[in-house]
Amino acid sequence: MSNVSVKVKDQVILDNISFGLKKGTTLAIVGPNGAGKTVLFRALLGLMPYTGTIEWRGAVKIGYVPQKLSVSDIPISVREFMLYKCGSGPHVEKCITSVELGTGRMLDKELGVLSGGQLQRVLIAWAIADNPDVLLFDEPTSAVDVDSQETIYELLNRLQQEHEITILIITHDMHVVRHYSDYMLALNRKTIFFGDSEEISNPSLLEAIYGSRLLLRKKPKEQE
Amino acid sequence: MVLKKMALVGDALSHVALPGLGLGILYGFNPFFGGFVFLFVAAALIWRIERVTKLSVETIIGALFTLSLAAGILIIPEFELLEALFGDISKVTLESTVIAVAASVVAALMTRIIYKNMILGMISEELATSAGVQVARTNLLYLFLVSLTVAAGLQVVGTLLVGFLVVVPAASAKNLSSNLYKYGVLSSAFGVISAVSGILLSDYFNLQPGPLIVLSGVAVFIVTIIIRWAAKAPAL
Repeated sequence: MSNVSVKVKDQVILDNISFGLKKGTTLAIVGPNGAGKTVLFRALLGLMPYTGTIEWRGAVKIGYVPQKLSVSDIPISVREFMLYKCGSGPHVEKCITSVELGTGRMLDKELGVLSGGQLQRVLIAWAIADNPDVLLFDEPTSAVDVDSQETIYELLNRLQQEHEITILIITHDMHVVRHYSDYMLALNRKTIFFGDSEEISNPSLLEAIYGSRLLLRKKPKEQE
Repeated sequence: MVLKKMALVGDALSHVALPGLGLGILYGFNPFFGGFVFLFVAAALIWRIERVTKLSVETIIGALFTLSLAAGILIIPEFELLEALFGDISKVTLESTVIAVAASVVAALMTRIIYKNMILGMISEELATSAGVQVARTNLLYLFLVSLTVAAGLQVVGTLLVGFLVVVPAASAKNLSSNLYKYGVLSSAFGVISAVSGILLSDYFNLQPGPLIVLSGVAVFIVTIIIRWAAKAPAL
């Protein structure tokens, strides 16, 4: 991505953003609310007009996992949703088990009644079903309890290693940046920082991103 | 329209057909074509204005439907105006029947083709785009199909009540469905039940069929609400 800018009604939402990623790495995108993180994803998906260049090495297939879905008004079962991507019946079961969700009654449940963790796993299964090269995750665990968050990130890690997928994650969780990402892009309409994710531990960088000093919680294993 | 939370939009959009019906009556061509052309032009305008101005679809339709209603009332002679507003299945000609059946078949086939893309677009524009769906094009096709369906029902129940056909049977089906397959089957079934029972009742009581079709459909809707209530939870 080179010098990408997005304007909506003369208001600059993204200003001259540039970064590059190697295949199979993870980029965490952080920044305060309204920083333009989701707009960046919409530009990557081609849903938002932008100036500048977005260049992929070869033809890439992009998978997308949204922050949440408004499916309570749509009577669609997990099986019907998965069929859109996974082809025939046996493939659907394979897709669902790949994200450690039991099949059985799960497939006949309505998408709108799933718990936050279950829905996120279904969405991940859906996103990876056609073997994408790049995955975009928009705050993938914002509606999920802490235990399920850890499991979901472990799952992402495993999937990335197995399929060598390039992952871009929008997150507010510094723990995710430190432990599950290789690089970090700090945004506030402009690029505040792009580089090694270890830099998230730098208090002056955190202050530059969020405007105040924050404390990092320790990784659970370190606490034991 | 029900799944898109655009039920009232479907109702308001139907009134846009009125000037088209009026021109058909005045110049002696089949009112279906006049109604369909006005509906589709309005749908395309709504699609374009929404993309350019980011105004809500409801707002744009609100403006277009009052304009069309005013134009229709001015164009159509008083007696025909009543017929256009309320419809009359007993006056539907063989030609109109053939056109309505053909329009329904086209609408059903095209819906089948774009169904998957349409549902994905409703769930999430980003999700659909990531799966290669051209959401804007799908929405335009969808509005075309709504125009076709509404135009097909105009002569039966009239512009005031045709919104019922695109809203109430689907709303009844939604009360009892936990998956899309059931939703599709029940929507069609409730539509047929409402139409047939309305026509039979009109024959029996010698009353206008349009309002009786609507009342039958609303009765089905009430029954589905009671069933949902009785189950006190998740759909079947």
